[in-house]
Amino acid sequence: MARMKFLCDADRCIDCNACVTACKNENEVPWGINRRRVVTINDGKPGERSVSMACMHCTDAPCAAVCPVECIYPTEDGVVLHSKDLCIGCGYCFYACPFGAPQYPKVGNFGSRGKMDKCTYCAGGGGQEEAGSAAEFEKYGSNRFGEGKLPLCAEMCSTKSLLAGDGEIIAQIYKERVLKRGYGSGAWGWLTAYHETISV
Amino acid sequence: MTVSRYFHAVLFAASLALAICSAPALAQKLGPDGAPNPTASSVQEQQLLNELSRIEGRIDIPDRKAAVLIQPAGRMWDYFHEVLLHWGAAIVILGTLLLLGVAYIALGRLPIKEGRSGLKLARFKAIERFSHWLTATSFVLLGLTGLNITFGKILLLPVVGPEAFTAVSEVSKYIHNFVSFAFVVGLVLIAVIFVKDNFFQRVDIEWVKQGGGFIASKHAPAGRFNLGEKLVFWLSLGAGLAISVSGFLLLFPFSVTDIFGMQIAQVVHSAVAVLFIALILGHIYIGTLGMEGAFEAMGTGEVDLNWAKEHHDRWAEEQIAKGNGPKSPLATPAE
Ligand code: HEM
Ligand code: SF4
Ligand code: SF4
Repeated sequence: MARMKFLCDADRCIDCNACVTACKNENEVPWGINRRRVVTINDGKPGERSVSMACMHCTDAPCAAVCPVECIYPTEDGVVLHSKDLCIGCGYCFYACPFGAPQYPKVGNFGSRGKMDKCTYCAGGGGQEEAGSAAEFEKYGSNRFGEGKLPLCAEMCSTKSLLAGDGEIIAQIYKERVLKRGYGSGAWGWLTAYHETISV
Repeated sequence: MTVSRYFHAVLFAASLALAICSAPALAQKLGPDGAPNPTASSVQEQQLLNELSRIEGRIDIPDRKAAVLIQPAGRMWDYFHEVLLHWGAAIVILGTLLLLGVAYIALGRLPIKEGRSGLKLARFKAIERFSHWLTATSFVLLGLTGLNITFGKILLLPVVGPEAFTAVSEVSKYIHNFVSFAFVVGLVLIAVIFVKDNFFQRVDIEWVKQGGGFIASKHAPAGRFNLGEKLVFWLSLGAGLAISVSGFLLLFPFSVTDIFGMQIAQVVHSAVAVLFIALILGHIYIGTLGMEGAFEAMGTGEVDLNWAKEHHDRWAEEQIAKGNGPKSPLATPAE
């Protein structure tokens, strides 16, 4: 069984934000919701690196563990999905998430904590809606995964910095790159997300 | 000031040491062929995490909290919430109930020793009782709806199923969020009204020496409130303040603080809530089951004269001296 992961090769990321735009467009996410973002570390200094980050679809996902209504769960492909019908918008998943992935539309009381939204790996929703249906798209966005495609952010990354797919395969690709070019600043977030890193 | 200076000195020394140690690494910025080695100078995840425990950068969107790239502490907070809090809360709350059960079996209901006199002394005015019950009702609602967030998925979810549990939890979240304001109003009222009778006095020491009213052969003297009640007052005030501040931080996430601050707010809120619940369970026990004649003070606002003399002798004497003593039933005209 393939275990889906994301990997951002920071030595290639040029902070173009195409992944962010692709995600917003593909999933028609509302204003203020950022399922994916690019963070630049040491901006303007020597050794600066940019990292594209969204939900990493963690192993033993902490968001799922803390959710008081248990509406977040991993699929058999390791994609972490949730049901917006069950979510109560408590905001706890954001406190547990090491990557700042969960987003909340500013609706509901005190205008801050609507039902959680996050990267679905372009794999539709974790609710009752039929896979690939309009209802599912409305609530969770695209279901490319159901059509055998990978998340659009990674698919259209111009430098192929952002990789998506079977964890073992993308780790292998990264390893080969590092060996070939002679350097690599590491698979950002992997140790925290997957309890393992890629040793070259 | 001195502490922060000391802290800065340590930081400075540490960074100096780091600079010296990393001098050889700087030399390796050029590869063996003389070309720059890009990773020798690039930021490294592990190094950043070791230094700062979380990685933060610059971001293009106007959302400060999104600039935090990785915060492994999220997993620690998960551990607190799912392991430490569950066990801690279960032990403290069930332990308190057990202790009170044992107290009831051992001591039974403390009777009014002299029996009822039939004479009533006014103890709590309407506004005092209103403040108490406003706080009490909101506390119970907040406690139950809060514990649903902590334990609902273990206790209730398997029984009612996910859809019904979400419905309950959603309503319960609204109750918790809105009733919080009533709780704060009640707390402020209680603080303002009762503070004057809750300062510690010499008689409180005597009260402890005489066994706090739990030793049948001794008489423990007290003013309007005894030491136990004063402690409940001050502890409730402290806990109430901590729980309100942390609660409002949770209610308006990230409005004042960052991710670490939010995690701390939740830890403080839930830990204080558990201790507060234990304290109030004890308070409820002694005010209802544990002691004859106590509940009516907050119920009707009047207590039996003999109860007052037994538990609050100084206060009872004062009231009588002030002319607030009981009106003899015989003195009321027969018709
Ligand atoms: C000013 C008063 C209070 C405010 C503003 C407040 C606010 C909050 C908020 C926003 C949450 C997060 C979950 C949610 O959105 O429902 C929460 C959780 C919680 N509150 Fe309060 N609260 C207050 C008072 C209390 C009191 C008095 C108690 C206890 C008797 C309490 C017990 C709890 C508990 C147990 C949780 C769940 C903790 C967890 O499992 O993470 N709260 N509160
Ligand atoms: S990245 Fe955050 S939201 Fe995604 S699975 Fe991990 S903890 Fe959950
Ligand atoms: S916001 Fe929703 S998904 Fe996140 S922990 Fe709360 S109920 Fe669960």
